[in-house]
Amino acid sequence: MAWMAWTWPTAIFFMVIAGLLITFTIIGVKYPETPRRGILRIETTRGDRLFITLLGSAFINLAWLGLVGANQPYALIVCLIYAAAVFRWV
Amino acid sequence: MEKTVNQKAWFLVLPVLLLVAFSAVIPLMTVVNYSVQDTFGNNQFFWAGLDWFRQMLEDERMWNALRRQVIFSGVILAIEVPLGVLIALNMPKRGVMVSVCLVLMSLPLLIPWNVVGTIWQIFGRVDIGLLGHTLAALGVDYNYTQDALDAWVTLIVMDVWHWTSLVALLAYAGLKSIPDAYYQAARIDQASRWAVFRYIELPKMTGVLTIAILLRFMDSFKIYTEPFVVTGGGPGNATTLLSIDLVKMALGQFDLGPAAAFSIMYFLVILLVSWVFYTVMTNLDQQGGK
Repeated sequence: MAWMAWTWPTAIFFMVIAGLLITFTIIGVKYPETPRRGILRIETTRGDRLFITLLGSAFINLAWLGLVGANQPYALIVCLIYAAAVFRWV
Repeated sequence: MEKTVNQKAWFLVLPVLLLVAFSAVIPLMTVVNYSVQDTFGNNQFFWAGLDWFRQMLEDERMWNALRRQVIFSGVILAIEVPLGVLIALNMPKRGVMVSVCLVLMSLPLLIPWNVVGTIWQIFGRVDIGLLGHTLAALGVDYNYTQDALDAWVTLIVMDVWHWTSLVALLAYAGLKSIPDAYYQAARIDQASRWAVFRYIELPKMTGVLTIAILLRFMDSFKIYTEPFVVTGGGPGNATTLLSIDLVKMALGQFDLGPAAAFSIMYFLVILLVSWVFYTVMTNLDQQGGK
């Protein structure tokens, strides 16, 4: 695995994403749901909302890096607020 | 009778999972690992944090390549989609000519990308190429190796030649699926040709056209081989699109860290646009199904 040049931060990053996917799969099996329509006027399931959250969070982090340029961990707070908003209203 | 539960079918998915893991997931993970480190070769890496991302976001070179890429994709979509629809509308609907037309339309799609590039690279040359030589004989000052505008026109015309068929064939499939009853109703109502197109043909083609736009956007946004063979990104950097710039950075300069950061941002943009298209497409399907 040395050729993949693993680091702890990237390993944790992927473990968090894998953990989220497994958690949402278990939730999906245990508590089946029907898709709903939110402010985007598109049908979304929990998985869709997770995808929107992760993709949006990547752009929030990039925007923070480009516009603010310092204190990157604070971008995660914005991501959490964004995630809560997505799961509540989208 | 009670259904028997059999989970063995999951094993049938395994080959696909393995294939995707080795061709996409593991390389992508490696790129993410590279994007936060620096290397001088020998498989030795040093932690760089978010420096490469910061550097790429401040890099004029990447923004210029992105600007060129957006213009390229926008222009070819603006030409190929209406042209493809126009061709599909004029293709024969029955008879022997249908097969002839379909085969002719499919031909450019069967040619490998680097061959298409080579064809146009020779075709456009002023000294030996049919197009370049003819234009020179007509007194047109055309040279795609020296003039940025000429290089752009050549790339766009090449892409239009290569891919309009795809849009046309998809649009044609959409048109063929319209039952005759719709046209009969339009004739009874004395609908004009434009009205038939606007209210019958276009709505019935929306699904396939969205697929065509999605495919053409993704493909054109990732285009590498053809412009690389024809112009090599030149003259200067005039046709250096994102993937050409990325390969120059990763393989030419061996700047793996910045190139990895660049790749991730490139990937995110494609993922975002593809998701938007996919969402629009599935929503259109649902509306159509109601």
